Amino acid sequence: MKLTLKIWRQKNADTKGKIVDYPIDGIDGDMSFLEMLDILNEELINKGDEPVAFDHDCREGICGMCSLHINGEPHGPDKGITTCQLHMRMFKDGDTIFIEPFRANAFPVIKDLVVDRSSFERVQHAGGFISVNTSGNTIDANTIPINKHDADEAFEAATCIGCGACVASCKNSSAMLFVAAKVSQFALLPQGKVEATERVLNMVKQMDEEGFGNCTNTGACEVECPKGISLEYIARMNREYLAASLKG
Amino acid sequence: MGGIFNSSVGRKFAMALSAFFLMIFLVQHFAINMLSVFSADVFNDVSHFMGTNWVVQYIAQPILILGVLFHFAMGMVLEIRNRNARSIGYVKYNGNANSTWMSRNMIYTGAVILLFLGLHFYDFWFPEIQIKFIDGDMSGLLANGEYRYFDHLQHKFVDVWRVALYCLAFVFLALHLLHGFSSAFQSVGANNKYTRGLRGFGKAYAIIIPLGFIFIALYHHFN
Repeated sequence: MKLTLKIWRQKNADTKGKIVDYPIDGIDGDMSFLEMLDILNEELINKGDEPVAFDHDCREGICGMCSLHINGEPHGPDKGITTCQLHMRMFKDGDTIFIEPFRANAFPVIKDLVVDRSSFERVQHAGGFISVNTSGNTIDANTIPINKHDADEAFEAATCIGCGACVASCKNSSAMLFVAAKVSQFALLPQGKVEATERVLNMVKQMDEEGFGNCTNTGACEVECPKGISLEYIARMNREYLAASLKG
Repeated sequence: MGGIFNSSVGRKFAMALSAFFLMIFLVQHFAINMLSVFSADVFNDVSHFMGTNWVVQYIAQPILILGVLFHFAMGMVLEIRNRNARSIGYVKYNGNANSTWMSRNMIYTGAVILLFLGLHFYDFWFPEIQIKFIDGDMSGLLANGEYRYFDHLQHKFVDVWRVALYCLAFVFLALHLLHGFSSAFQSVGANNKYTRGLRGFGKAYAIIIPLGFIFIALYHHFN
């Protein structure tokens, strides 16, 4: 397969970037998208050029590190997957592929396609935890009976890998789906209910302070989320937030 | 409670509340306008009641105008913040892959509706204010002793260009409602087993109400 790659190149956070064209040949449909980029980088290194910087880690869709915006969509044209799970068979010989970093002011570009998603970490630090005494007297979580429906919903919310595709796909750069998943995974469980009020207030406050946009319910985040986190979680967070505001 | 409307979630909640209010008003406006198709006399009687009843004029009407202004102002506040959240846009952006055109362009469909409201006020509201509160004529009567409301309505829909503009605005109203109806419910946290049915009802509402307004405009143009 012969392709033309149009890749965002940016030396560092302080310089302006631009799209640079890279022709590439000999790409097999069974390769992953990241393997295709590895081949490009080998060619660039062999020519003495700077390789393209991009995020990756587990390469099996569970770590949330890969973050590319491919042909106008986060994680590319396939659904329910991360970039590392995207295969080149999704493209045709002769295609032109635009590869850009996730765009949001809360995700500043560090270099080329690598963005700083530590804003998500700060939102998590604001309330994405439960306080448990770990001195040795901790009660086994399995001794507390939990309704299966709640357990399933909490588990579904907890599958969010924090990749940031929700922010990247949203026309408003809203992080509501991420924050909603993190709020819900605790709010549905008895262990999380103790700090539920402070949690949702603090996490939404931090989300706003990071400069993410407002949710306008376009649903793009739900469609692009590699883990299929539903908009229902945003509705749940809205309810939790409004109830918490009335209490607090 | 104090900071709720300074938060992104709270602002969306406020936006949704004003949307509910405006959607209920739209049904009432549609129902009264529809009377003009069936009976000029009933339309005149109801219009005169609405135009002279002090509760409608001094309580409901100011609340309605404030509701429209609030919805518009909050929409602008949200839009500005949203645009500021992404200074550098994508070179290639495929919005159609994950969202509807209506959901991505609420600010534009809303702006067209606001422009239409300017024309609508010029056509109907300002003349009413002039006659009732500046000239002081609360009778609602023409020189021939008949009520002026139906007569005024029919005269306004003589010009083709005005009817065309009204119809165009109602198309934009439909586009706005096609996303806005279900979006308002989502913003107040209502997303559950009834959501699919609600979305269907919202789509029907978003098509039937504007289509009804288009029918009324065309009816009076051709009669």
